[in-house]
Amino acid sequence: MSEERIIKAIRFGILSPEEIRQMAVTTIITAEAYDEDGLPIEGGVMDPRLGVIEPGQRCPTCGNTLAQCPGHFGKIELARPVIHVGFVKHIYDLLRATCRHCGRILIPQKDVERYLNLLQRLEKRWPILAKQLIEHVKKKAIKTMECPHCGAKQYKIRLEKPTTFFEERKEGIVKLTPLDVRARLERIPDDDVKLLGLDPTYARPEWMVLTVLPVPPISIRPSIMLESGVRAEDDLTHKLVDIVRINERLKENLEMGAPQLVIEDIWELLQYHVTTYFDNEAPGIPPAKHRSGRPLRTLAQRLKGKEGRFRGHLSGKRVDFSARTVISPDPNISINEVGVPIQIAKILTVPERVTEWNVDELRKYVINGPEKWPGANYVIRPDGRRIDLRFVKDRKALAETLAPGYIVERHLKDGDIVLFNRQPSLHRMSIMGHIVKVLPGKTFRLNLLVCPPYNADFDGDEMNLHVPQSEEARAEAKLLMLVQKHILSPRYGGPIIGGLQDYISGAYLLTSKFMLLTRDEVVELLSVTGYQGPIPEPAIFAPKEYWTGKQLISLFLPRDFNFKGRANVSVGNLRCDNEDCLTDSYVVIKKGVLLEGVIDKKAIGSQQPGNMLHRLVKEYGEDFAREFMDNVFKMFLRYAEKYGFTMSYDDVVIPEEAEKQIANILKEAEEKVKELIKQYEEGKLEPYPGKTPEETLELKIMEVLSEARDKSGEIASSYLSPLNNAFIMALTGARGNILNLTQMSAVLGQQSIRGERIKRGYRNRTLPHFKPGDKGPAARGFVYSSFRRGLKPTEMFFHAAGGREGLVDTAVRTSQSGYMQRRLINALQDLRVEYDGTVRTTYGGMIQFLYGEDGIDPMKSDHGKAVDVDRVIERVVGWRL
Amino acid sequence: MVRKFNVLEHELVPVHEVLDVREALRILKQLRVRPEKLPWIRESDPAAKSIDAKPGDIVRIIRKSHTAKKAISYRYVVTG
Repeated sequence: MSEERIIKAIRFGILSPEEIRQMAVTTIITAEAYDEDGLPIEGGVMDPRLGVIEPGQRCPTCGNTLAQCPGHFGKIELARPVIHVGFVKHIYDLLRATCRHCGRILIPQKDVERYLNLLQRLEKRWPILAKQLIEHVKKKAIKTMECPHCGAKQYKIRLEKPTTFFEERKEGIVKLTPLDVRARLERIPDDDVKLLGLDPTYARPEWMVLTVLPVPPISIRPSIMLESGVRAEDDLTHKLVDIVRINERLKENLEMGAPQLVIEDIWELLQYHVTTYFDNEAPGIPPAKHRSGRPLRTLAQRLKGKEGRFRGHLSGKRVDFSARTVISPDPNISINEVGVPIQIAKILTVPERVTEWNVDELRKYVINGPEKWPGANYVIRPDGRRIDLRFVKDRKALAETLAPGYIVERHLKDGDIVLFNRQPSLHRMSIMGHIVKVLPGKTFRLNLLVCPPYNADFDGDEMNLHVPQSEEARAEAKLLMLVQKHILSPRYGGPIIGGLQDYISGAYLLTSKFMLLTRDEVVELLSVTGYQGPIPEPAIFAPKEYWTGKQLISLFLPRDFNFKGRANVSVGNLRCDNEDCLTDSYVVIKKGVLLEGVIDKKAIGSQQPGNMLHRLVKEYGEDFAREFMDNVFKMFLRYAEKYGFTMSYDDVVIPEEAEKQIANILKEAEEKVKELIKQYEEGKLEPYPGKTPEETLELKIMEVLSEARDKSGEIASSYLSPLNNAFIMALTGARGNILNLTQMSAVLGQQSIRGERIKRGYRNRTLPHFKPGDKGPAARGFVYSSFRRGLKPTEMFFHAAGGREGLVDTAVRTSQSGYMQRRLINALQDLRVEYDGTVRTTYGGMIQFLYGEDGIDPMKSDHGKAVDVDRVIERVVGWRL
Repeated sequence: MVRKFNVLEHELVPVHEVLDVREALRILKQLRVRPEKLPWIRESDPAAKSIDAKPGDIVRIIRKSHTAKKAISYRYVVTG
């Protein structure tokens, strides 16, 4: 065993030619990789000394086998130096900041000393300032055109991307060869190098121009055997072969004393190959291509981007025992469950250790095999041998040999616990533990009530499923991650799992005052919930027995449950603030009996802290709450189905009388706008403080128009019957709001872009349908029509313009907030709350002296407080108040 | 140099006070931390200057909090 050491720091530097030669085990001198027999040639790019590639071999360099040999570097001695693309920027800066003649930095000696001194002091404590100082010095040096040390005149140096330098002398533009560049860099003294931001011990500037090229070990660029038996080499190998070939040609030509022109051509070609070897996406040069036309994936490409080494491999992981498919709803399974298609259940496995008590069952699975569910895919013998059941002919015989100590990888079956996830995983509720229920079909099924925590819907969403493989993982999943443990959100302490959409409309209909149920209906509804017990006394005995919906709900409430609160419908003229409520919009539950009030979003809705559901979860526990949601909520749905709850065209039709009133209101508003415009044109409009007259006019017009729309909305909703389906949905909070209703039945209203009336389009007008300079409502995106009546062409255009802005906004917002969240999580991920309530980093650094400054877990709090005294009183004596 | 005003008098600046050695040791023991694990405050920080905190001191800061009414935190004075 090697000694354990702690890494204190990491230093990055540039490999010097000496270092490269030292670590090289071989010099590559031939472009041929293999001989006629297909064996690697020594001195070729696949030289065996570069490391073991085949199992069983021993490394000629280190003597290790495949697993132990780390691979070894080789080298190519370049016939002429070439510039390293990764450093051109630095080279460019260095060339400009130093003297072409003496190599000194273009700053007077006095200043050099001063700056060096300053830099040394800054580097210790203010590394950022040190960087800024270097930038400053560099800028100053680049500006100087005459060397303060030797007096030589400096010329402008130009960089032609990616790697060619020119000097603009007075006799003309001269190309600087890498040889010239290197010579200049060599002349820079160490102290000046420091001032230019490099550490000369680890990064001498001339090392940025390569004279010897390291050849990476083969393990970094393995060749692949294709099915046809042909060997396919890695892109890097191809590139290295190119480099060696050109390098050898250059060497020959130099030896032969070929003309300068030829040499330069080959030299440039060598530069090209070395450049693309490092970065095949360097700007200014065509990328090197494979024979098929595919660009080569060279060193920089391996690291860069989403699929690069960093994001793709080091911070990205992929896993076995996982599945992904489309999700669809199933209100009949528990919120704790997930429906898994049989096809998936036959692939995902759980390792189960054979014991005396489960042998018989596991034998059955083994006999069923991998094809028939519930079966098994593998058997692991006590000696560690893994038997693939696909290739076992006599499974019965194998099943007979099962004995304690064997492990059977059996199919997923009902009752297994799995993790279920939907991206983006923004919270802890984005991955929860579910109990498997194997179902026919090809989609994952989930209860609708768990849509809010995942933010899932069924318009094609896909979700992932993971099967924990160890007892510990399963225990954690069951005890910590199960859905019912996450009914309350740690964000605001309210239920994040709760009624939505049809659940709410159904609950409202069932509990509203006019709902009377016959015995048959009561029996049907209760049967859905699995209720076992007596049917309560009917609320009305004669002429026929009738029950109220409130009685049914009361059956499921705990006997000692007291609750009071306003319902969602408690707005406008239905508003109630206490028990004396004629409109049934104040919920009163005493001793577990729903006495008055309708059940709607404020009672059972998700993301509604402090509602009835919240109280039930907190006071009667998650098991009770889960059962309540699994059973009672089903009753709400059944009732919505029974009622035939829907929405139709008729629901948004308002009487002609109302239409007339609305038309009048709009006409009045239009008159007012006209009046405002007139005032503005006459210059009589009093501007608001800090606003121009134009802005004032816009604001006033917007005000008038929005008032007109609100009024129209009020009229429209006053004509809507309380039994109107759309109205019920808006009022109870099931879906939509009153504004949506107004837009459907009365008037769509002002369309806006960036909070202003629409003004872009043609010169002085939005569309050619209007006169230039028209400031009237219609010309600036006010839509008089309703969705029911349909929009005029110009109105439709404005509506589309406004709608587009909304889409763009959401697209921009999600990406921005996503990145913000990512950075926040990266910064906070290792903090934890210690047992003494303090928040500390992994190294013990103190972040907060008391978590949240009050030490309260928001998930277990009431309105952010540890104890809600009012609620405690209500709970105990609420039935008397 | 004449100080024109004391930052501690500003409404938005929380109360800062230097702890005496015994109190400081008690707090460190209670929190079970080494002083450098506390958040730091520079000696040159205006609030630290106005209470004359020296490197090595522990400063108590009492601020108003949204969640709790009063939140107490401690800082370790460092040079700079």
